[in-house]
Amino acid sequence: MIRRTRGFSVAMASLGAGVLLIGMGGCSSGGGSNTAGQNTNARGPITYVQGKDNNNVIRPLIDQWNASHPNEKVTFKEQSDQADQQHDDLVQHFQAKDPNYDVVDVDVVWTAEFAAKGWLQPLTGQFALDTSALLPTTVKTGTYNNTLYAAPQASDGGLLYYRKDLVPTPPKTWDEMMADCSIAKSHNMDCYAGQFAKYEGLTVNAAEAINTAGGEIVKSDGRTPNVDTPEANKGLSMLVDAYKNGNIPQQAITYQEEQGRQSFESGKLLFMRNWPYVYSLATTDGSSVVKDKFGIAPLPGLDASKPGASSLGGHNAAISQYSAHKATAFDFVKFLESADTQKTFATKASLAPVIASLYDDPTLIQTLPYLPTLKTSIINAVPRPVTPFYPAVTEAIETNAYAAIKGDKTVDQALKDMQAAIKAAGS
Amino acid sequence: MSVTSGVSADDQAEQQAQASPPERKQGSTLRKGEGRLGLYLVAPTIILLAVVIGYPVVKAIVMSFQKDPGLDKATGMFVSGGSAGFSNYTHWILQRCGTASCPPGTLGAEFWDSVGTTFFFTAATVIIEVLLGMWMALVMNRAFRGRALLRASVLVPWAIPTAITAKLWYFIFAYDGIANRVLHTHILWTGGEWASRFAIIIADVWKTTPFIALLILAGLQVIPADTYEAARVDGANSWQRFTMVTLPLVRPALMVAVLFRTLDALRIYDLPAILTGGGGGTGHSTTTLSILVVDQIRGGFNSAAALSTLTFLLIFLVAFIFVKFLGAHVVQTQQRQQKGTI
Amino acid sequence: MASTTAVGNRGGLAPAPDRPVIRRRSRFTFASVRSYAGIVLIVIFCLLPFYWMVVTAFRNVGYTFDTTPWPTHVTLDNFKTAFSTSLGNHFGRALINSAIIGICTTILAVLAGCFAAYAIARLNFRGKYLVLGVVLGASMFPGVALLTPLFQLFTNIHWIGSYQALIIPDISFALPLTVYTLTAFFAEMPWELEEAAVVDGCTPGQAFRKVILPLAAPGLFTTAILAFISSWNEFLLASELSNDKTQPVTVAIAQFTGSQPHQEPYTAVMAAGTIVTVPLVIMVLLLQRRIVAGLTAGGVKG
Repeated sequence: MIRRTRGFSVAMASLGAGVLLIGMGGCSSGGGSNTAGQNTNARGPITYVQGKDNNNVIRPLIDQWNASHPNEKVTFKEQSDQADQQHDDLVQHFQAKDPNYDVVDVDVVWTAEFAAKGWLQPLTGQFALDTSALLPTTVKTGTYNNTLYAAPQASDGGLLYYRKDLVPTPPKTWDEMMADCSIAKSHNMDCYAGQFAKYEGLTVNAAEAINTAGGEIVKSDGRTPNVDTPEANKGLSMLVDAYKNGNIPQQAITYQEEQGRQSFESGKLLFMRNWPYVYSLATTDGSSVVKDKFGIAPLPGLDASKPGASSLGGHNAAISQYSAHKATAFDFVKFLESADTQKTFATKASLAPVIASLYDDPTLIQTLPYLPTLKTSIINAVPRPVTPFYPAVTEAIETNAYAAIKGDKTVDQALKDMQAAIKAAGS
Repeated sequence: MSVTSGVSADDQAEQQAQASPPERKQGSTLRKGEGRLGLYLVAPTIILLAVVIGYPVVKAIVMSFQKDPGLDKATGMFVSGGSAGFSNYTHWILQRCGTASCPPGTLGAEFWDSVGTTFFFTAATVIIEVLLGMWMALVMNRAFRGRALLRASVLVPWAIPTAITAKLWYFIFAYDGIANRVLHTHILWTGGEWASRFAIIIADVWKTTPFIALLILAGLQVIPADTYEAARVDGANSWQRFTMVTLPLVRPALMVAVLFRTLDALRIYDLPAILTGGGGGTGHSTTTLSILVVDQIRGGFNSAAALSTLTFLLIFLVAFIFVKFLGAHVVQTQQRQQKGTI
Repeated sequence: MASTTAVGNRGGLAPAPDRPVIRRRSRFTFASVRSYAGIVLIVIFCLLPFYWMVVTAFRNVGYTFDTTPWPTHVTLDNFKTAFSTSLGNHFGRALINSAIIGICTTILAVLAGCFAAYAIARLNFRGKYLVLGVVLGASMFPGVALLTPLFQLFTNIHWIGSYQALIIPDISFALPLTVYTLTAFFAEMPWELEEAAVVDGCTPGQAFRKVILPLAAPGLFTTAILAFISSWNEFLLASELSNDKTQPVTVAIAQFTGSQPHQEPYTAVMAAGTIVTVPLVIMVLLLQRRIVAGLTAGGVKG
């Protein structure tokens, strides 16, 4: 017996010890130091980095740019379409100070992290961008520490999908919607669902409820948590109460975007909060029984005077601090912001524009009928917290909102914990 | 009652184990140069393992004593963290976030819960799989016809990649999925605290039981038929034959299978990551240690390194306890085989 | 087939001479009824979920949640969708990636592993149990403990998106597996082989090369299959250390996307799962006896 165990323990010890002899080098590289911007006037060929170009929209645009800029050609570097992979790929190239990543497309929730690492060229001084034509809320997603670091490129907002055959006028307020739930009951349907599974979608939905009720997640500095307030309480309580009384069906706690869409399309759901992508699928899907029976409206507000506050999705375009040709890079960013480019994005890839006036463009509305509604949604939107610790902040919101909705803790307790957890995230 | 066949089960196992390699003659001519050759032959393996396991382990330990970069409040820019002492470890073990204890909603607050979840999954899956696997092995051992079909179908769940298994069960356990439809239930398989855990256990049992059954079957097939005959002659009923003959004889095989399965279960990642994303119930009812490490990676490498080091220590502790106290003689079984050469 | 006879014989070879034949027959009938019921149960248990995957794979995407237990709305579209690159999925490439990673891992692991296994099983040298213990320890090692340091290292040296970034971590579990399984195979071979070889004037090295290795070929083959499958099925490390260029099928399927950013095409996922699984199932059907031998060699006799 002794012998038996000895062989194993010796082995364990040796695995540890043997290992100690090997390679003690390579400590972790800490945060980036903020190198001063250089190459600000340099021009030349650049690279544009973006996730998967699913609808083949960016390549023709780049061809168009290259035709008119023979000496400042843009090369397209296509990343995967997985957000985490895009994020990690960018981090790697920034850490390596890669001069070949000139203009990068970043998810709105990464902007602050990259800015705080000193990887993004602030859009100030000679890089100051005219943002007057843009939707102001989208500009906020690119702003960290009162400095614009990334130019809004595509936006996204939440919409209320409703059954216009059953509810002729969509509810303007949350209370109206809850009152309409009797209609759902009489038709043996579920009333309302958003994205309440514990993932990023819940952060979006919980933040929308809190913002709609006049609360906020963080103060305007983007850092100090401020969710332990009566307004936030009111907002989160809307979801909690609706779940408790069954207006939000119990299975909605497992819903991401797709489950809600499936339920809505099969006629089992009266109201649904979802992104614009559902629109075309619900109109065309073979199994959709609501093809011509649904309408869209802005998210319901606290009172009829103001619609609900959507959270914002979308992407921003930023210039790498390490770019060798920043002047060209800036021109290219402006090209991405231009009305023509934005129009192409909208028509060919269904990307929501960041230029306000495009939402009133009749030809665009013809292809994307939800645009006017989406405009209301985005105008009234509140960006998710622009913080360098976004993964920890979203975890704090998700976990506590989830516990509150499920009734595992009171709304008061959930918001206290959320407040503390967001604070701990940034310490 | 006693089995009076003249050979006790333990003796028999002993003889079995010794029987396979015949005694080597002492002072064999092969001895010359054996030592050096042996070292040359194992060198590539040791070097490879040092590179793929040794280096990362040391690196993780070094990293775990560094602070993750923090924000300079004035500039809003990241500054590197410097030495951390044991703060990355206390962050997890004592659930300390800065000077306060970690509030719910931070990963630090989930450490002990995920330890509990991991051990719960391990205990539940291993127990169910061993019991069910034992039954399957007994059936397979008795089967006269259809063995090929049996063996082939039993290998199917084992052969499907776990990630795909997880997607398959995710689909089966969807609210509108086939599971709820067949059972006429409205269970939130990925949302409820226990439902989500059971969903993972069910998927894991489906995937792994056949493998355990095969390991036990191999142990069963080594038992000579006359041992049973002898017990039967002595008037042992089938339950007695099972507990007094079968069980002691398959025990060595069983213990090794249980050890490996346990260590495998402690590493569980693919199923909960895809099936529930670690969520369900309290929001992290199915977050295992491996999932927690992956969640932490983008929130700070060094803290994640401390967590993965803790995970690795925990698993080795379990392995050690198994070998020391429960008699899973992994090395010994090998040694026995080598008896001729020692 | 051979094993059927082997087990059938076990009862039949050495019947107690004084046992009445009648009693045997009646036992046989009773046992067989019970065992057939057991067999049917096991086969259903093992194949039912797999059946559902195949049924869904052939179902029109618009009827994803149709729960008719037999195939309805049958279509091959899902397989086309699975292989189509227009939605940003690279399933075809992922299949090739998985094959490349699996083959390289297997070759490296079997090459290094067969030397080490031979030494452990057949030779006497100092530190042998240490080596064995290290290998065993390594086989219990949690992959997640490799993840953080490797993730950071590969990030720093720009290996994310290269094959070596996936092959190297895979060796961490494939190599202990091969050493372990092969040791069992080598230990089972008759000891007289080397003796005879040495009598013929071979050195231990030559005995290994010329006598043992050729005889161990079936064992090597089995081990290679096991190593390949273990690498083919790996998900945790690959999900963090690959990018869209190098990701293996497990990661590709887990991250399948539809035509819209939030859409999840279940039916195409099931089709892809079927494509990945069917070759393995065929391989398992053809080589079942070998695979079982290899699995149990490592787990039991080892």
